[in-house]
Amino acid sequence: MAESDNSRKSINRRQFLTTTLKTACSVGIMGVGLGFYTQRANALPPMAIRPPGALPEEDFLGACIRCGLCARDCPYDILFLGQLGDDIPSGSPYFIARTGPCEMCEDIPCVKACPTNALDHSLTDIEKSRMGLAVVIDQENCIAFQGLRCEVCFNVCPLRDKAITLDLQHNRRSGKHALFIPVVHSDACTGCGLCEKACILEKAAIKVFPTNLAKGELGHHYRFGWKEKEKAGKALVTPDVKHQYNLPEGVRYDLQGEGLIIDKKPSDSPFSSNPLDTLNRKAEDKD
Amino acid sequence: MANMPQDVGKEAVRAKGWIGAHKWLILRRISQIGILAAFVAGPWFGLWIVKGNLASSLTLDTLPLTDPYILLQAMVSGVTPETAGILGAVIVLVFYALVGGRVYCSWVCPVNMVTDAAAWLRRKLGIRGSSHASRSTRYWVLALTLILPLITGGIVWELVNPVSIMFRGIVFSMGLAWVLVLAIFLFDLLVSRDGWCGHYCPVGAFYSLLSTRAIVRVSAVNREACDDCMDCFSVCPEPQVIKPALKGAAKGVGPVIQANQCTNCGRCIDVCAVDVFQFGNRYSNASKTGIKSGEEYSKHTV
Repeated sequence: MAESDNSRKSINRRQFLTTTLKTACSVGIMGVGLGFYTQRANALPPMAIRPPGALPEEDFLGACIRCGLCARDCPYDILFLGQLGDDIPSGSPYFIARTGPCEMCEDIPCVKACPTNALDHSLTDIEKSRMGLAVVIDQENCIAFQGLRCEVCFNVCPLRDKAITLDLQHNRRSGKHALFIPVVHSDACTGCGLCEKACILEKAAIKVFPTNLAKGELGHHYRFGWKEKEKAGKALVTPDVKHQYNLPEGVRYDLQGEGLIIDKKPSDSPFSSNPLDTLNRKAEDKD
Repeated sequence: MANMPQDVGKEAVRAKGWIGAHKWLILRRISQIGILAAFVAGPWFGLWIVKGNLASSLTLDTLPLTDPYILLQAMVSGVTPETAGILGAVIVLVFYALVGGRVYCSWVCPVNMVTDAAAWLRRKLGIRGSSHASRSTRYWVLALTLILPLITGGIVWELVNPVSIMFRGIVFSMGLAWVLVLAIFLFDLLVSRDGWCGHYCPVGAFYSLLSTRAIVRVSAVNREACDDCMDCFSVCPEPQVIKPALKGAAKGVGPVIQANQCTNCGRCIDVCAVDVFQFGNRYSNASKTGIKSGEEYSKHTV
């Protein structure tokens, strides 16, 4: 019996090596296929935003074990898991800002639930999370750019007047109104998407994108003169030249700042309270 | 006299009654479906017993359980897990190291129900052809799934792992996961007998490594009574593990099934009309002729 075992073994040595090699090769080919599939499958669509505290996408895909505990612990049920057939790596959590933005819970339960630090547990202040960056992407349809008052994105922003501010600009169409232009500040925006959700347009003019898509990057050789001057401790602007024009009493002009400043009402009765009237009358008198 | 595969268990039913011949199968289905039910009770009925899925879960908001194999893939790709994640993995590791790693395969994994169904239908339809991949292929796949995270930085296997995808599909939402499930069913039915679980699945490979020193083992304690009906070989998803224990008496091999591929499913106990097998422990392995241990024997055959 032992002899027949031995003889079987010696015959099988070559076979053993061939089958081992065959198996190793086919599994290797499978690995290459899987590798390429992963490369393709990991291209997350831009509207899918990762939960707060998510590591940079590449690290995230290594760290997330697809357990869905973050989705379960989200009190607003905004987190979904990618399914087979989706563009989102299967089982990984995401939310869609337009339909369900992050509500910025103070205790960040999704991060606490994560067993692997794919959602970084060192994030304890939700205002420091960077899920993405809001971008006012369509200035043709955003009605604020048409001079209409909207400001919904500004008002719903949890970091109101920090992440989104309103920039007052001259309305050249009407000539007498202001444009209240929403401006996003990347140093404060968390990418929660509440602005995108709230945008009153059919399709939002302000959208949250993954930060790497939303942000440009300056050429590394590039230097801004004024910033370099600041670093060197020099003045950032040329000192104001004292204004030379002839202005009515009590009125001065701030060249680099607010422009025309009225210090006090002119007391002389022949003059109107509006210095412009005075100016205009002078011009008329000359004619 | 060997029985036909389609007649597996008929003698046992005659001898022990239907319940007696399906005892461990019924318990196993209760376990598999019960575990699934505990997970879906939350999302379906608002009864939150367990949150998460087999990758990682939290039971009754206190007990963390983490799949050590999936966590290992994440750690290979460079992550430092949270304490709860590590603790959960250690609990799971210790449990399966004691009861047998592949208990996961037969008592927990949802794919088992699919492959069992395919194997059952294969027997009933008398489908015999089978591809000839080596049963060690799964260890190569296991190695692959631990190397790919190193190269790509992502948990590659979890993109396609049918075990995770099927369970997650049921607990969260299915998507196209049913295609994968169907593919495995058809593969096992038409292409390869016990193809997925027995040859390729790296989860099973991982858990068999874990069960190398497991205490709970099936033992052919009553092997003298074997009447060579072959029912246990027909029904076993890893039939190669039976022979040393069942037929090794002459060589002095003990009756305990030592091979770590055994899933402790207990179907061999069910289908044996003369009650050759029963659950035991690895230590009661004294062979009456007592020359070689089953372990030494299986080293040469596996």
